Amino acid sequence: MDYLERIGQRALFWLESFGDYGRFVANIFYWVFRGPGKFARRQLFAQMFEIGTLSIPVVLITGAFIGAVLAIETYPQFQQMGLETRIGSVINVSVVKQIGPILTAVMLAGRVGGSLTAELGTMKVTEQIDAMRAMAADPIRALAVPRFLACIVMLPLLTIFSDAMGMAGGWFIAVRVFGVDQADYWNYSREGIDLFTINTGFIKAFFFGSAIASISCYKGFNCGSGAQGVGKACTDAFVASFVTILVMNFFLAMLLNSIYNNLWPGSGSIFG
Amino acid sequence: MTASAADNSPSCSPTAPASGEHPHIRLVDLHKSFGTLTVLDGITLSIPQRQSIVILGPSGTGKSVLLKHIIALLKPDKGEVYFRDQRIDQLSERALEPIRKRFGFLFQLGALFDSMNVFENVAFPLREHGTFSEEQIKNTVANKLGMVGLDGTQNKMPAELSGGMKKRVALARAIALDPEVVLYDEPTTGLDPIRADVINELILKLNDELHVTSIIVTHDMASAFKVADRIVMLSNGKVITDGTPDQIRNCTNEEVQRFIQGRASADDLAALHRKTK
Repeated sequence: MDYLERIGQRALFWLESFGDYGRFVANIFYWVFRGPGKFARRQLFAQMFEIGTLSIPVVLITGAFIGAVLAIETYPQFQQMGLETRIGSVINVSVVKQIGPILTAVMLAGRVGGSLTAELGTMKVTEQIDAMRAMAADPIRALAVPRFLACIVMLPLLTIFSDAMGMAGGWFIAVRVFGVDQADYWNYSREGIDLFTINTGFIKAFFFGSAIASISCYKGFNCGSGAQGVGKACTDAFVASFVTILVMNFFLAMLLNSIYNNLWPGSGSIFG
Repeated sequence: MTASAADNSPSCSPTAPASGEHPHIRLVDLHKSFGTLTVLDGITLSIPQRQSIVILGPSGTGKSVLLKHIIALLKPDKGEVYFRDQRIDQLSERALEPIRKRFGFLFQLGALFDSMNVFENVAFPLREHGTFSEEQIKNTVANKLGMVGLDGTQNKMPAELSGGMKKRVALARAIALDPEVVLYDEPTTGLDPIRADVINELILKLNDELHVTSIIVTHDMASAFKVADRIVMLSNGKVITDGTPDQIRNCTNEEVQRFIQGRASADDLAALHRKTK
């Protein structure tokens, strides 16, 4: 009986937390559409710099190496089938549709999500969020909205950097190291990537950005007391963001694939 | 006046506001628990306009929690909170905004925004709510900082300020919108006696110049007797005494006297000696 009670309590806790998170996100959208106010607007560019510009180096490095590793791992397989000239298609479709957006999102969840949670959590612990409420300023509008907007704008832009470096890394290994013909590499790459494929990556990045920002801000706003509470909130934020990115990627891949197949029947994509 | 008091001796009986005066703030049978810990256990209190009321009590007895209920930062489990006869404890955050604009809140550690300098901290409520020009904001910030004796510190960051300066900047921010009510959460805690007295003088000055209703939570007795028109003492989540500073001084309640004199109870001392043997 005790065991059942504990399961029930846990389920209620999760439901309550999920509902609370839903209200938090609804509030963010309310202020995004109603206008976030002077303070939030002043913060927006600083947040875009913090979240976007300062993330460029890490995104460039990881993007380049992932593209390179893809080339190293796929080249021998394709060579055995005599299809090495087509390696560009596999590398670039993988980078643009899947690896670019996911890798950038995971990097952002780690670098920026943790920092957002820690910053907002510390503000909560030191009563700065209560001070904002006491001054009749909605902290969701003043603090969460600029961070949310910065994330959904900057993640797709960072994804472009990651994609470009992934392609460059793949090209370097395939063409310069393994000697694949440059013209073949780019021709097959171009065949594999159309405008819809490129947009697929951006659409995913937009949703990943909104998930990272909303989860990180929510965890910061609701962290426990003291340094331990802030630390736990940061860990929870990263884990929740990471899982959400992967789950969201699966459903977005299914949805976008079915849209693609409906728009261009018979063209079939194996890369979802 | 509906203050309850466990000690009904004439020396610390509840004081009443002038007849016909509507209370500025009214708390009715307030209850609040955190998990199994009961913090407020049926607090009923009525605060007239322009009164300077000090809320005393041992640590952990719910003074700060009570203060946060007055401005609806916390919602009671049971009971009602009224501001000018309007019930506010059930209002949404958005509906509370026009009411909160009429309050100033000095937090225990100042709660200054540490990513902003002093100017931006004090300008925050003006930018959020006013339709002030940048010139007006600049003048108002200088005026409020002048009132707390810190004009000229506009470009300093909170990390560069001492504890007392942080509290004074926080006070300048709390009064930026010329509030009707100022709530002080332990305004002198952690300050040396001279700095503490500066804060006390500041509270008196604001009462005189801005004619605000002041609610001050403290356990600094010197501060309490200096700034209070009325003193309320809480213990175990209840009001145990309510009266003027003179009435509190002469109150015969043992717990009140021990608190005023800073004297440990016989039980506390006995427990201490048992543990050290």
